[in-house]
Amino acid sequence: MKILVCIKQVPDMESRFKVNAAGDWYDQSDLAFRMNEYDEYAVEQAVQLKEQLGGEPEITVVSIGPERVGEPLRKALAMGCDRGVHIHDADSSRKDPWQIASLLAAFAREGSYDVIFTGMQSQDRGSAQVGMILAELLGLPSVTTIVGFSYEDGQVTVRRELEGGARSVVRVPLPALFTCQLGLNQPRYPTLPNIMKAKKKEILLVKEGDFALTEGRALTSRLFRPEKKGRGLVLEGDVAEQSQRLVEILKIKTAVFR
Amino acid sequence: MKFLLVAESRDGKLCDVSHELLAFAAEAGAEYAYFQVGSEESLPCCDATLYLADRERYGEYSPDLHKELILAAVEWEQPDAVVFMHSSYGWDLAPRVAVALQAAQVSEVVAINDGEYEVGCCNGKMRRSVKPTTPRVVLTLQSGAFNQKEVSGGTPQIVPLEIEKAGGQIDFIGYEEAEKKSVDLTRADIVVSAGRGVGKKENVPLIADLARALGGELGGSRPVVDAGWLDHSHQVGTTGQVVSPKLYMACGISGAIQHVAGMKRSEFVVAINKDRDAPIGEIADVLVVADVMQFVPALIARIGQQA
Repeated sequence: MKILVCIKQVPDMESRFKVNAAGDWYDQSDLAFRMNEYDEYAVEQAVQLKEQLGGEPEITVVSIGPERVGEPLRKALAMGCDRGVHIHDADSSRKDPWQIASLLAAFAREGSYDVIFTGMQSQDRGSAQVGMILAELLGLPSVTTIVGFSYEDGQVTVRRELEGGARSVVRVPLPALFTCQLGLNQPRYPTLPNIMKAKKKEILLVKEGDFALTEGRALTSRLFRPEKKGRGLVLEGDVAEQSQRLVEILKIKTAVFR
Repeated sequence: MKFLLVAESRDGKLCDVSHELLAFAAEAGAEYAYFQVGSEESLPCCDATLYLADRERYGEYSPDLHKELILAAVEWEQPDAVVFMHSSYGWDLAPRVAVALQAAQVSEVVAINDGEYEVGCCNGKMRRSVKPTTPRVVLTLQSGAFNQKEVSGGTPQIVPLEIEKAGGQIDFIGYEEAEKKSVDLTRADIVVSAGRGVGKKENVPLIADLARALGGELGGSRPVVDAGWLDHSHQVGTTGQVVSPKLYMACGISGAIQHVAGMKRSEFVVAINKDRDAPIGEIADVLVVADVMQFVPALIARIGQQA
């Protein structure tokens, strides 16, 4: 069995974002980057499937982006993936979901993977499209937002998350693609021995230019900070002062202390 | 401009999203037709064409078939945009339809502006204005972004839709209903919720102490429940409970859209967050910029002095 996991590197969402000079994306300097949270669940599910099958499947983890993308790839290898593929693209943030998925499809077509896992969306762009477009381009059945996964005899049964806490149970034959929702599993922390082992694993470097490129379908014309509605009161200072002011406000505005 | 609006149903009942789709069409000044896999017993109220495919025949989660049905409706209607809600149904189906139509997809639209679509990004901290370059587009709408209280009545003109039923590969087994809530937050006057900002599981009892000190119930955000720090019965948000207390306190919760959708009808909202830019600040009446673990003990002590 061959498993593919597609991951993305994103900024820490607690960062303070600034608009770049071109005005069409965030300024990428001075940001701490990490693996997209949803993708950690995708990596973990791939590793769990490999473990279930006695270590037989080979897991490839792929990511598109500049130099720094090596870091999350290394982390995925330390979590248990076997080999990494870095599609080098210094300008990947300018590509729309269609272009990213087309690039992944051009790569994945060669590999004839049995199972593909992606996060359900990225934390920065959040289009929730790349995994699904990839599946359509490869002609694979796909299911989004899985919160449960089990494999038996070439059949996969997944649970999809629905609104209000309900789920639907869906059965899919392989090969297939799944997009992973938070809470699907408990992503492991790489142990020190595994981090050391991961350093010896291969990360294949390929260039985006090695693949046929496609035209974008949706351009970001502008990135901006949403207008603050500014109706809220902001309390700063030390906690003694803040807590006193909050209690005073609650006395006036709510019935808590009556 | 003409839209094809995709209505949703679950368990044979129309989902309550038609008014949002209609509000969007009205704001865009577009004519529209509806599409739904459902039944004649549960129809959207509107004076428009409704392409209706039979739920018994095509199922509720059978995305391959639903895609083909939508493409058939597009063939008849030739819309400029196919519009879904950004829901578990919409985000699953929209990319399949967009690829087939060779159309750009814009996800989770919150506003429309001069032929461009505004969408949130970076966990709601920033916004993008997106310009499609394809003649036809597929859109998903952020839940709650477009609203219209008055839904114009009327009876749709039904056009029954059928396709050759090719065997889809995805086999829908059934629904699992949400577990019965052992904690009913929907009736609580005061809800105090813990978010990822509390740091670790061992810190959650402190937030429970604050809830107790205020005479309220303990809630939590999704990451806290996913991490196993709190039982799902405490989760506030679209996949948990939707609450509307007199006082809602968000402790270390950034304010992801899924959480906000579950508490925005609260009368008074206090957020405690060390990130001044956290999106929760947008809907909070009071934002306390502080580390939760430092502020909450001080607040509990202060509340103790009120008695």
